[in-house]
Amino acid sequence: MSKPDMTPRRRFLAENPSVMWFLGLLGLFTLGVTVLAEGFGLALLSTSMVKILGMTLCLCLIAVAMDVVWGYCGILSLGHFAFFGLGGYAIGMWLMYARTEGIVVDSLAGAPIPPTQEEINDAIATQIFGVVGSNELPALWAFADSLFMQLLFVVLVPGLLALIFGWLAFRSRVTGVYLSILTQAMTLALSLYLFQNDTGLRGNNGLSGLQNIPGLLHLPQSTLALWFFWASAAALGLGYLFFAWLISGKFGSVIRGIRDNESRVRFLGYHVESYKLVVFTLTAVVSGLAGALYYPQAGIINPAEIAPIASIYLAVWVAIGGRGRLYGAVIGAAVVSLASSWFTGGGAPDVNLGFYTINWTDWWLVLLGLGFVAVTLFFPRGIGGLFDMLVRKP
Amino acid sequence: MTTLLEVSGVSVTFDGFRAINNLSIQIAEPELRAVIGPNGAGKTTFMDIVTGKTSPDEGRVIWGEKNISLLGMSESAIARAGIGRKFQKPTVFEEQTVRENLAMALKNKRGPFDVLLYRRSTEGAARIAELAEEIGLADDLPRRAGNLSHGQKQWLEIGMLLAQDPRLLLVDEPAAGMTPAEREHTTDILKRAAQTRAVVVIEHDMEFVRRLGCKVTVLHEGSVLAEGSLDHVTQNREVIDVYLGR
Repeated sequence: MSKPDMTPRRRFLAENPSVMWFLGLLGLFTLGVTVLAEGFGLALLSTSMVKILGMTLCLCLIAVAMDVVWGYCGILSLGHFAFFGLGGYAIGMWLMYARTEGIVVDSLAGAPIPPTQEEINDAIATQIFGVVGSNELPALWAFADSLFMQLLFVVLVPGLLALIFGWLAFRSRVTGVYLSILTQAMTLALSLYLFQNDTGLRGNNGLSGLQNIPGLLHLPQSTLALWFFWASAAALGLGYLFFAWLISGKFGSVIRGIRDNESRVRFLGYHVESYKLVVFTLTAVVSGLAGALYYPQAGIINPAEIAPIASIYLAVWVAIGGRGRLYGAVIGAAVVSLASSWFTGGGAPDVNLGFYTINWTDWWLVLLGLGFVAVTLFFPRGIGGLFDMLVRKP
Repeated sequence: MTTLLEVSGVSVTFDGFRAINNLSIQIAEPELRAVIGPNGAGKTTFMDIVTGKTSPDEGRVIWGEKNISLLGMSESAIARAGIGRKFQKPTVFEEQTVRENLAMALKNKRGPFDVLLYRRSTEGAARIAELAEEIGLADDLPRRAGNLSHGQKQWLEIGMLLAQDPRLLLVDEPAAGMTPAEREHTTDILKRAAQTRAVVVIEHDMEFVRRLGCKVTVLHEGSVLAEGSLDHVTQNREVIDVYLGR
């Protein structure tokens, strides 16, 4: 991709004040959290809170990607969380391998005879895969010792899966609800596959201990949490800027055209399938990156993370936030995911009605469902649409 | 005048109904041609076949000097080869501005990466201004296309066709729902366009066809019933029977 020189970039920001507003607010938010965080000294925000906020930023990033593929290009993908999970697995493999290697080498260091490389490898494999009754490192882990390779996989695995899936689906002109069902099937199949113990990714145990970063074990979690928070904020800022640029020009015009009238775009001479494939794949790659930043903060990833419902939630966030506007996706993801962890995490007090006690852990989904219906009925443009009323375009 | 499009012996059947029956039409370049005929005569299906939306059961559709067959080519490839189409119902991108609509149609590279790195150029802007002038929407460039009147949408769609710079324009009922003044403007646009390219107009309205003053092809039950000047075909016994007999 050619790097635009300064002049068009400045013009791009000047022409899109909402992007500047967003980046400014994100910067202020990052600064505020940093100052208040435990790792910085003031300690008004606990480390677990900083992690939740950092994870929320990653969810905002995948929501922005979802908004581009659904809100702008009209492809209701209900499988983007699969790409998010694959990104998490790719980085998780390195985190788990490298940390286990460190532990194994330390524990064998005291042995009278120095261990051979084979012994070390066996010990690592037993450590990681003992839980699924295996003591061999699967072929899938061939590059797990290389951070560079696993980072490459963060991009390549979701990217290739999206490319192949999209190519097959779009060239057969699968659209609308049929495509949504296919993407659900994809994420369900992947999740069921990973649930099996012999797939080389520890079955339903998933990968754990991801919050411990090899090479940085001497640093306290409070500092690491802040670093990951910054990385997440930077990723969201860059991702937002990239997608805002993508949709601002003629490319944006074409994909919105595809959303509104696909066959008309075809008669203008555009190869609609290629455009869909580019958008689907790019957003899948960004989803993978968001996942790779999310799971080291979450500490654990397992196949339940990519269950079909996760991708449906993603669509709900974007719908509530207001699709077709990137800041809407950010608002929706932040508000709904934070509300969800507050309600289901025991933050919300139970409501005692005398004859019945409303326990929010159980009732949150009902609340979310009602909220979704209310937004669809009364604010079809979502929360983000309220901003449009304030800033009326001529 | 050389033959640009040659449709020969084409037939299409939909669920047993023969929409097109051994149809043969030749279009030269430049030429203005009107295609008329009662409902169900196969006028729109003819356009669907040429633009790749429908594939015929038999027959040939040959295009250009190199005698390329259009059958089996995708809609977008046919459009890039130089065939533009205006639909019966005005289909412009309502959520986007008039300028964006025209810019999308402008003749440029169509690949996703070409478009991604596309920069607005001064020639492009000048061409858009010129087209907007031509279709009478010069003052409406920043307006949302959805806010235009019905007639203006029709013109915008014709403008988008011209922006593609096609060699053949297929125009389906351009004057439907227009005021007399708007019709006159539409006739002018089409006549001017036909000076340098081939334009095929499907129309019901005889008055409009008379004003176009061009060769007329009458379709009936999926094949050509008569061809010639408007006066010639309207004196044809069969044509009178078909039109009056219904």
